[in-house]
Amino acid sequence: MNTRMKVAILWLLVPVSAIVLALGVSSLVLIIIGENPLSAFRSMASYGTQPNSLASMVNRAVPLYVAGLAVAIGFKMNLFNIGVEGQYRLAALLSAAAGAAVTLPAPLHIAFIMLVAMAVGAFWAGVAGVLRVKRGVHEVVSTIMLNFIATGLGAYLLANYLRKPRLPNELIIQTRQIPQSGALPNLAVVGGEDLRSFLVIAIAVGIAVYVLIWRARFGYDLRATGINPEAARASGVDPNRMIVRTMLISGAIAGLIGMSDLLGFFHAYTLDFPTGLGFDGIAVALVGLNHPAGIAVAALLFGWVDRAAQILDLEGIPKEVIIITKGVIILSVVVAYEVVRRIVQAQQIKAAAEATRRLEAKKEAVAA
Amino acid sequence: MLFLLGLVILLLSAVRSFTGASDLTSSNTYGAALRLGVPILLAGLGGLYAERTGVVNIGLEGMMILGTWFGAWGGVEFGAWWGVVLGILGGAMGGLVHAVATVSFGVNQIVSGVAVNILAAGVTRFLSVIAFTGHGGGATQSPQVTSNLPNLTVPVLAGGKPFGWQSPDLLGWFERQHWFLVSDVAALFRGFMAELSILTVITLLLVPATYFFLWRTRLGLRMRSVGENPVAAESLGVPVYTMKYLGVIISGALAGLAGAFLVLEAAGIYREGQTGGRGFIGLAAMIFGNWRPSGVAAAAGLFGYADALNLRSAQAVHALLLFVAIALLGLAIWYLIRGRISAGLLSAAFGVLVFVWYAVTEDVPRQFIFITPYVATLLVLAVASQRLRPPAADGLPYRRGQQTS
Amino acid sequence: MDEQAPAVELKAITKTFPGVVANDDVNLTVMPAEIHAVVGENGAGKSTLMKILYGMIRPDGGTTSVNGREVHFRSPKDAIASGIGMVHQHFMLATNLTVLENVVLGSEPTHGGVLDFDAARERIRDLSKTYGVPLDPDRLVEDLAVGERQRVEILKVLYRGARILILDEPTAVLVPQEVEELFRNLKDLKDRGVTIIFISHKLDEVLEIADSITVIRAGHTVATVKPQSVTARQLAELMVGSELPTPETRESTVTDEVMLSVRQMGVRVGERWTLQDVTFDIRRGEIVGIAGVEGNGQRELVDAIMGMRPPQQGSIHLGGEDITLWSSRRRREAGIGYVPEDRHLRGLLLPSPLWENTMLGKQTMPPFSSGPWIDRRGAHQRTVEVIREYHVATPGADTPALALSGGNQQKLIVGREMIAEPKVLIAAQPTRGIDVGAQAAVWEQIRGARAAGLALLLISADLEELIGLSDTLYVILRGTLVAKLDPATVTPEELGSYMTGAREAASA
Repeated sequence: MNTRMKVAILWLLVPVSAIVLALGVSSLVLIIIGENPLSAFRSMASYGTQPNSLASMVNRAVPLYVAGLAVAIGFKMNLFNIGVEGQYRLAALLSAAAGAAVTLPAPLHIAFIMLVAMAVGAFWAGVAGVLRVKRGVHEVVSTIMLNFIATGLGAYLLANYLRKPRLPNELIIQTRQIPQSGALPNLAVVGGEDLRSFLVIAIAVGIAVYVLIWRARFGYDLRATGINPEAARASGVDPNRMIVRTMLISGAIAGLIGMSDLLGFFHAYTLDFPTGLGFDGIAVALVGLNHPAGIAVAALLFGWVDRAAQILDLEGIPKEVIIITKGVIILSVVVAYEVVRRIVQAQQIKAAAEATRRLEAKKEAVAA
Repeated sequence: MLFLLGLVILLLSAVRSFTGASDLTSSNTYGAALRLGVPILLAGLGGLYAERTGVVNIGLEGMMILGTWFGAWGGVEFGAWWGVVLGILGGAMGGLVHAVATVSFGVNQIVSGVAVNILAAGVTRFLSVIAFTGHGGGATQSPQVTSNLPNLTVPVLAGGKPFGWQSPDLLGWFERQHWFLVSDVAALFRGFMAELSILTVITLLLVPATYFFLWRTRLGLRMRSVGENPVAAESLGVPVYTMKYLGVIISGALAGLAGAFLVLEAAGIYREGQTGGRGFIGLAAMIFGNWRPSGVAAAAGLFGYADALNLRSAQAVHALLLFVAIALLGLAIWYLIRGRISAGLLSAAFGVLVFVWYAVTEDVPRQFIFITPYVATLLVLAVASQRLRPPAADGLPYRRGQQTS
Repeated sequence: MDEQAPAVELKAITKTFPGVVANDDVNLTVMPAEIHAVVGENGAGKSTLMKILYGMIRPDGGTTSVNGREVHFRSPKDAIASGIGMVHQHFMLATNLTVLENVVLGSEPTHGGVLDFDAARERIRDLSKTYGVPLDPDRLVEDLAVGERQRVEILKVLYRGARILILDEPTAVLVPQEVEELFRNLKDLKDRGVTIIFISHKLDEVLEIADSITVIRAGHTVATVKPQSVTARQLAELMVGSELPTPETRESTVTDEVMLSVRQMGVRVGERWTLQDVTFDIRRGEIVGIAGVEGNGQRELVDAIMGMRPPQQGSIHLGGEDITLWSSRRRREAGIGYVPEDRHLRGLLLPSPLWENTMLGKQTMPPFSSGPWIDRRGAHQRTVEVIREYHVATPGADTPALALSGGNQQKLIVGREMIAEPKVLIAAQPTRGIDVGAQAAVWEQIRGARAAGLALLLISADLEELIGLSDTLYVILRGTLVAKLDPATVTPEELGSYMTGAREAASA
């Protein structure tokens, strides 16, 4: 078996071992609380594979995917943008308010809302980037603080400035409704479930990110900085500019996380707007090993698990068990990745030494 | 350092007298600052133990969350002291996970910390559903913890009740006179003497204890050496992995204690999201404290104070604006005298802005009060990150048998 | 004196690493209370041998005996227990801890877990006095000079009762006064019965201090001699195994056109000027060599020229243009190539495939990129060319760089820089870690490029390389250029003296 196959199989061990371990631990937990894991998994499987479940899975996966992309761009450079959560919520609020304040022809209106969201997200991430570059503040702590500040700032802005004038009996606080021209139609209706069309944009973003990181000069610099910052510096990369640029891009993508929900369903920002997508995005990026394809798989996986688990409540099984499942997946992927990486490296060194030995022998034979 | 503290108290007194916002320097506020500072101090000390052995622990928040949950569950099922023990154990378990991932498997320390946070949030949600729903709680909160930990109040000075006799409250009397400076100082002392939770006392004792342990014992020296130069330590026979495990597990245990404190002392109940980022603020305290126990304590006190004002009164927060404005202008003058023009002008600009904000507004919006500790953290980090001396090998991965050259 | 058991006897030691035989049937006999030098070139196997003696590595074959008894060390702890102490070339000190803390770490005196500082201080002061190694136990190592830090390392091993000291290249980072102090200390230690094994490649020092010299070459013991019966030149021959290369007389290719001009360059780190008033030119077709002990400003000089550290003083001109304020990238794009001193730290992306490594430093230029995009095909092609012309042994252009041996990695780096036909090449230790045959090939390539007009700055610890390649030779000491020599007439011994300041002191 040649090295390439060996290496591919070794890498496959990462997701496989993670899933096996997660299933194992979840089963154990279910058994401990007196439930039957097999019947739980069977219910999930049958409910989760219905067409409307699959559509729901995709709908859930789309924002997760975008979040994963935003986080992964940073991770690839050893930059930890944990502030994705605050960035997308602030972006959703401000873009909703902006979108409701203008009227433009349909495609332009949507583009406008998205651009505002990206700008806000980029700005909020940029603050952390500048703090890192100018004052040496580690971005993990600063972005987390900015998350909390975003919550407070957003609540303040929503309550005082961006609010839709309230009707007498209305309790919901929200921004003004975005006109029809700023709404994304559904892609299809599958088994009664609307399939949101932001999916297409998300895929485009994924492709763009792949191209940026693996085919563009900027991406080369970014990856080099993540692999060996000293060597990158020696090769001409300006580390400070890299940090700020990467944070801006990461924040801009983060701004898009809420767009699927905003443009396809809510059409206004309310206090009920989905939260936690930022942190889920971190999980998805980790499980997807920071690669757009892997993140897609991870997002679909998590989306499916979330949807399929809905059925568990009806069977009296606490659906929160899947939180443990997801947690175990994350931890196992992260650990397995390290283990496999080391084994793969050893294999590559061996293979290279072997190949060169053969080459040298051939050369000597020719010279003789 | 003491001089600076004196200056701050003086300025606070002045502002208090001027604005009449007595909460700015009341003993209640100081007491609240202490109570709110404890979890941050514990988290900061926890971060210190880990980073002194070279491991960055972003997972403090998650370990604190575990501490809150197990503290509540223990308190409900077995009593407050058991809550403390189980909270510590819960946090330590989180620490163990982080240690295994980073030390034995070499996972990136930040990634592992983030994973621990996610895992902790998930596990506690699940456990709440199992343990609390149907028993007086729910998926996001526990039933009320009725058992209590003992409180201490110093007699004579602060009105304590030894053996049931209500003693006089000297410091309290001084405080109520509202005399400039004297009353404020009296309030400061009283804040540290009235209704102290036993956990608070333990926490305060942990500060000198940590110094003694890390700087005066064999084990402490070995732990610190691992964070400074693990290759050198290994070459001298110090078990590097063991030291790192120890540091990280202690880190988790302290975070767990912080969580238990939040539940058993402060809130009386477990609520999801209760930790509110205190694990991270604790890390900021550790950085600001330059990785020394005394520094962490000072920073935690600062954050606790900001948090306390946050809760107490809008008027006090508004008055604090004046304090910040004056402090910034003072800083500006100091910079300008030393020839650092740009820093001086920047401070002056901000000082003027804050002053205008104070003068123009009546109060500070609720949402802004909420974000005070987080803004404070950011500011502190932005200002302090320059003259710092983290352990030399902090955050660097270590594999057994690795060489420097 | 009657037959004494040797303090250390290594017999028939063999050790192989993947792809490399480090020690092959090596023998070493060291008598008690003697200063025994082990000399050899880089990669000859001295370090491996010492690591085996110190228990850090287990030999594949052979025996180790200490004081007449055979021993099997499983870790340095065993070696320490047998009375062996090692002072590493790269100090193993925690700079944020005090001298006392560094010395006692791992063998702390305690009262039930609490450090007994008084006992420690007393013992350290005793040792200091007895062995003539003066040190204040409560100072932070950070505040100590290099020579003092070395004394801390020596104290560390003495504290643990070492009677056999191994010193690995101890004078590599010392200035001449510190070297003299060190030798005084070593003689004092010897008088007190301590056995000293001294690894070095500095032949003049070895001849001065050693009682006995063992020469190791390519993993074998070549000879064991007494210093009285051998000259430096003979020793050097034993080390290298053949006649020393003399710079061949050839046509000078040096032109009049100045490619790189450095003027009054000064770099300050904190309070210290690590580089001061450095001025030199490199012309087309010229190789300027800079000789010097590591740590005398070479690194700062390279960083300043490459744009990674802005100088506080001075200017740099490339072909007439002032590039002092240019970014690193701009300098690369203008045609400055760079072979870094530490290839792992600065020269390679180890987990990445070779073709991504070939791009490193030139990723914004063809053939590696066109516009904002990377040209994968171009990168592959160029990599294949480098592999072929510089004989990089690898299965292909997609192999990750970490899979290559050190020597092949270095060949890739040199190759990728030179194949881009730079105007100026800054090369720091360009043939470090390469086997002799490949080294000669690289030297040929360098000479060829020089003939075609390359201007090269060569910073090297390999004196033969410096003498063999340079047209002009400077010596750097404590941040300034202290000598400008003619490589055709200078000798290694002369050069070495300038590098350590001895010559300067004598002629002052």
